[in-house]
Amino acid sequence: MIEYQNIFTQVQVQGTPEWGLDDSGGRLSEERGGKPFFSKLFGWFGNAQIGPINLGMLGLVSLATGLVWFFIVGLNMLAQVGWSIPEFLRQGFWLALEPPSPQYGLRIPPLNDGGWYIISSFFLLVSVLAWWARSYQLAASHKMGKHVFWAFGSAIWLFLVLGLFRPVLMGSWSEAVPYGIFPHLDWTTAFSIRYGNLYYNPFHCLSIVFLYGSVLLFAMHGATILAVSRFGGDRELEQIVDRGTASERAALFWRWTMGFNATMEGIHRWAWWFAVLTPITGGIGILLTGTVVDNWFIWAQEHNFAPMYDGSYGYEAYGTYDAFIGQGE
Amino acid sequence: MFPKWFENWNRNNPTNIYGPGILVGMVGGAVFVAIMLVSWGQPYATASLQTGPRGTGMSVTEFQAELATPDPDIALIFEDPPYPTEPGEPLAGDIYENVQVLGDLTDANFNRVMAAMTRWVSPEQGCAYCHGDGDLETYGEDNLYTKVVARRMIQMTQSINENWDGHVNANKEVGVTCMTCHRGQNVPSEIWFQEAPVVSAMAGWSANQNRVTETSQYTSLPSDALESYLLNYERIGVHDLASRVEGSPADPAVPAIQNAERTYSLMNYFSNSLGANCVTCHNSRAFYDGAQVTPQWSTASLGIAMVQELNNEYLVGLLDLYPEDRLGPVHQDAPKAACATCHKGYLQPLQGTNVIADWPELATTGAPDYGAAE
Repeated sequence: MIEYQNIFTQVQVQGTPEWGLDDSGGRLSEERGGKPFFSKLFGWFGNAQIGPINLGMLGLVSLATGLVWFFIVGLNMLAQVGWSIPEFLRQGFWLALEPPSPQYGLRIPPLNDGGWYIISSFFLLVSVLAWWARSYQLAASHKMGKHVFWAFGSAIWLFLVLGLFRPVLMGSWSEAVPYGIFPHLDWTTAFSIRYGNLYYNPFHCLSIVFLYGSVLLFAMHGATILAVSRFGGDRELEQIVDRGTASERAALFWRWTMGFNATMEGIHRWAWWFAVLTPITGGIGILLTGTVVDNWFIWAQEHNFAPMYDGSYGYEAYGTYDAFIGQGE
Repeated sequence: MFPKWFENWNRNNPTNIYGPGILVGMVGGAVFVAIMLVSWGQPYATASLQTGPRGTGMSVTEFQAELATPDPDIALIFEDPPYPTEPGEPLAGDIYENVQVLGDLTDANFNRVMAAMTRWVSPEQGCAYCHGDGDLETYGEDNLYTKVVARRMIQMTQSINENWDGHVNANKEVGVTCMTCHRGQNVPSEIWFQEAPVVSAMAGWSANQNRVTETSQYTSLPSDALESYLLNYERIGVHDLASRVEGSPADPAVPAIQNAERTYSLMNYFSNSLGANCVTCHNSRAFYDGAQVTPQWSTASLGIAMVQELNNEYLVGLLDLYPEDRLGPVHQDAPKAACATCHKGYLQPLQGTNVIADWPELATTGAPDYGAAE
């Protein structure tokens, strides 16, 4: 009974490594690399078997170009601290490869003022798109639906809006996001402030709804399945077509809780759409910012979306600084 | 290790001790914490100063323990009221040589101010810090840079009190003296120097940010905010005042995201210098909106204009007087002032203590008005 109330996965299957589909004469086997092995540690989190991996040509291209991007960014950071490894570690979170200065517009800037950024971004674009194509290719070779491909595509949409579509529409590469830990967070804050508070952007609102909704759905679904796995509820696919007592109990739980329940199939459609709509709506919101709307707070007032105060702020009743620090009054 | 009967008993009576152990530990710990809280009180109690309309979350929050401790520098302030003056009494300008400021003070009051300045600025070196080791007859000489700088600083102090009344005395009369910045030190704390560019391997916007510097408040924001805004009069606001405005950031007249980061850097400096937060002055839902800012915003705006004048009219011009060790480490520029130089982390310098009452000589660029002090 206690078996299901654990932090880690309790059931590990270890035996002869499983090699996956063999299309006998096709090219699946020859593209699979790495000798499979088992790891008890990994088994606590997922499948204990590690490998083989089917990297393929697209995977190789993606890895190679991704590493080029990674090293351009890293070496630029290292150059900024005079090639000092201790300084690189000390200031690592502050360092960044920044986009070009605004005055260059969409022209090619000097290498030390965003040129490396443009070059590295090109490689990152190739890397991400190759990995995207790979997710299609692998799904096709397993005769799967392309759901993962489209879901990854929604994330790539947001990525392209931030780094390509919006800078082009704005007429300046300087609008792109810096590659750095703190600097990209600074960019996010400055972006919101510059355009009059992104919280009044309705697509930002939608994106937050789907993001937090995804979290909630994930927690509800994970909890529900763990709670009924003692009845076989973790065999979700079987339960879609052959509803057993696990599904019945899970459904009853939610129907009695809130009057409505998803199904073993439907909950996965909920989760997929919520996850996919987060970057789709977010990307729309970013794309409109600075191109269609320049001050979201004023836009929100024009559309009766932001409340106005009546002007009676009552400052005189707030209490004084002297009283706050315990002097006088 | 243990006696045999004990080991046997343990083996024959297997018991889950961890479950009850954890339970007893958790409940016991909770009871202990609850007892401590009830008997000793909340150790991190806070108090809030409301700064905006209800429901907007506009307030400044401080720990009560910190509020209970006044600024220790207040103890440095001393009383030294002016001596009464007689009409026709000889003035310092007539008695001493080369008195370019404070010349219309009586002898007693002139020496009173001089003595106070040593306590404010050079308590260890005394008069010699500006006047050298010579006899009283040599005090008229301008041989030491410290004396020439001090003269300019007296003019600056008088100008602040006279012309920036709207900032300095916005809430009540407080005024400024040498003490407001110096606090008994030759060089005030919280002065600043130009640092940008901070990344020599880069150019443009990449070169002035992403380094751990004092002027960036240890953020990765631009390190040139103070020099851009408080010295070079660049535009702080970055917002468009209509929902749609034509223009590309490639046009220098259109603020880019990088400009917003620089403004944000200045605002971080503001907050840290004053121990305040964004909503001390702004309604954070619309930072730019002049209809939603608090009364403090106006005071702070005057402060920006004041610092711009202090730096450009008084401080930068002293560059050639300073010895090398007083200059900036990067650009050998003159030391400059900003919010923290006076405020030192408090919403009001010295927590709003009136420092000018005894010093009418410093309150005006003209002849002192002793009548107002009485």
